[in-house]
Amino acid sequence: MQQFPCPFCGLRNEQEFHFAGEAGKTRPDTMKEVSAEQWSAYLNHYNNPMGKTCEIWVHLPCQEYFVMQRDTVTMEVFASEQIRKDLK
Amino acid sequence: MTKTYSAFNIIKEAFKGHKGWSPAWRSPKPKAQYEVIIIGGGGHGLATAYYLAKNHGVKDIAIVEKGWLGSGNTGRNTTAIRSNYFYPESCALYDLSVRLYEKLSIELNYNVMFSQRGLMVVFHSEAEMEMAVRGMNAMMLGGTDARLLDANEVKQRAPLLNYRADARYPIHGAVIQERGGTARHDAVAWGYARAADALGVDIIQNCEVKDVIIEGGTMTGVETNLGPIRASRFGAAIAGHSSVLARMAGYQLPIHSYALQAFVSEPLKPVIDVLAFSSTYGAYISQSDKGGLVIGGGLDRVPSYGQKGNMPMQENVLSGIVEFAPALAKVKLMRHWAGIVDVTPDSSPLIGPSGVEGLYINCGWGTGGFKAIPAGGYLFAHLLATGSHHEISRPFDPSRFQSAQLIDEGAASGIAH
Repeated sequence: MQQFPCPFCGLRNEQEFHFAGEAGKTRPDTMKEVSAEQWSAYLNHYNNPMGKTCEIWVHLPCQEYFVMQRDTVTMEVFASEQIRKDLK
Repeated sequence: MTKTYSAFNIIKEAFKGHKGWSPAWRSPKPKAQYEVIIIGGGGHGLATAYYLAKNHGVKDIAIVEKGWLGSGNTGRNTTAIRSNYFYPESCALYDLSVRLYEKLSIELNYNVMFSQRGLMVVFHSEAEMEMAVRGMNAMMLGGTDARLLDANEVKQRAPLLNYRADARYPIHGAVIQERGGTARHDAVAWGYARAADALGVDIIQNCEVKDVIIEGGTMTGVETNLGPIRASRFGAAIAGHSSVLARMAGYQLPIHSYALQAFVSEPLKPVIDVLAFSSTYGAYISQSDKGGLVIGGGLDRVPSYGQKGNMPMQENVLSGIVEFAPALAKVKLMRHWAGIVDVTPDSSPLIGPSGVEGLYINCGWGTGGFKAIPAGGYLFAHLLATGSHHEISRPFDPSRFQSAQLIDEGAASGIAH
C-alpha cells in the first residue's frame, strides 16, 4: 500500500485519495467567445505524461484539494502543496 | 518449406522429422522508406497491417514494435470477447469484432482458440435486474444477442457461484451473451503477424520510436533506435502509450493512462465453463483451457505508466471473487500482472486523424482492447487506405469531443471504469 502526503493530515493510505485532474489548466474565459475546440481542450484533453507529473488530488476524509508532484512510472511522490492560501 | 498449418502437413512433416517448417514470420531489417508504417506490434497494429495488405492491396507496409509482438496489452488481458454494449454505435463496432473472431482461425490459418462459451453478467438486486432488461433490450436493438436468465438458470449455468441466502450480494439473475467467449491472446497476435508477413508486411521488433519527423506540418518519418524510417502515412496503435507519441508530435488526446491488473490461479479441474461478471463485486472470472482461473476487475485508481499493480485494487478484486465464488477461497494465485490502458472520458475508442497530417490514431480502447482487435484493425486499415472513415468507425472519430456527441459506454453499460 502506498501512502500519499496530504498537506493537512500527513501521510495517509492511497485509498483515501482521489485523482481530480492535471494541474495547470485554466478554465476558458466565458466573458469572451469560447470555441468548441477550446472547451473540448479544457474539458477533455490531457498531457497524460509518462514520468514526472503535477496533478490535483483530493484527500477524501478532509476534503482538501492539493497539488501533488509524482512520477507516473516509478509512482514516487516528490511533493504535495496546498492550494488554499492562508488567511492574512 | 512447409507453410500451411493442416493435419495433412503435420503428418507429412512427421515423416521428415518436422525439419521443413518455415518460421512463422521473417525478421527483416527496416528499409529506409515505406508506404505505410504502423507504430505498435500488438493485436491492433498487426491486424491493421494484415487488413491493409489483404483488403486494400497495400503492399509496402512496416510494423515497428519497441519490444516483442504482443508484449503490451495484447499479452496482458483476460481474453474476454463480447459485444454486449448499450449504444447502437458500440454494438455495431464490437459485434463486427465478434463476427471477425468467429472466422479468424480459418482466415489466418492459425488456431486462435476462440471459444464461444457464453458470457454472463450477473445482477444482484431487483433494481439491477430492471437495468439489466433495459440493457439487454438495447443490445438486441443494436443487433447483438442477449438473453435474460433467472436465478435458477444462472445456478444451472454456473453452480460455482455464491447462491447462499446470506451472500453479501445475492444473485437475482443475469444477462448472457452466448456468442461471447475467450480466445488465446498470443495466438491472435501471432496469427495476424504470420498472415501479415505472408502478405509481405515487414514486422520489425525491438524497434522503438524515439521521435517523429514532421516536415511542413506533415509527418514524414520516425526516428528509431534502428535509425530513421520514412513513410507517407502512419498509423499509431499503441494503447496506453498513445499520449507519449502525442507529446512527440505535438497534439493532445482525451486519454488518461491507468494500470489494469489481472490474475491467474493454479490450474484446476473444470469448475466454470462460462465467463461470469459482477459489477457489484467488481470482479469477473473465467477458466482457461489449461485450468487456470483468469480473474479481472476494475482499474487502479492512480494514473500510471508503471506496468505493475497496486495492492488496494488487488484486495478489491480478490475479496470480490472470494464472495462471488466462495469455493475458490483457498485457491492459490500463480501469476499476476498489469497492463497500461488508455481510458477516454466516454469509455469509447478513438479512431481517426491525429491532427498531424499523415498520422492516424487507433487508441482509447481502455480496458477492452483485446476483444476489439479484429474490428480495430479492419476499420483502421480502411481509414489508412482510403483516408476516410468506414461507417462503423465514423462515430468514434476524435472530433466527437468537440461536437459533444459522446458515446458514453462508461455510464450506459455500467462499466465500473
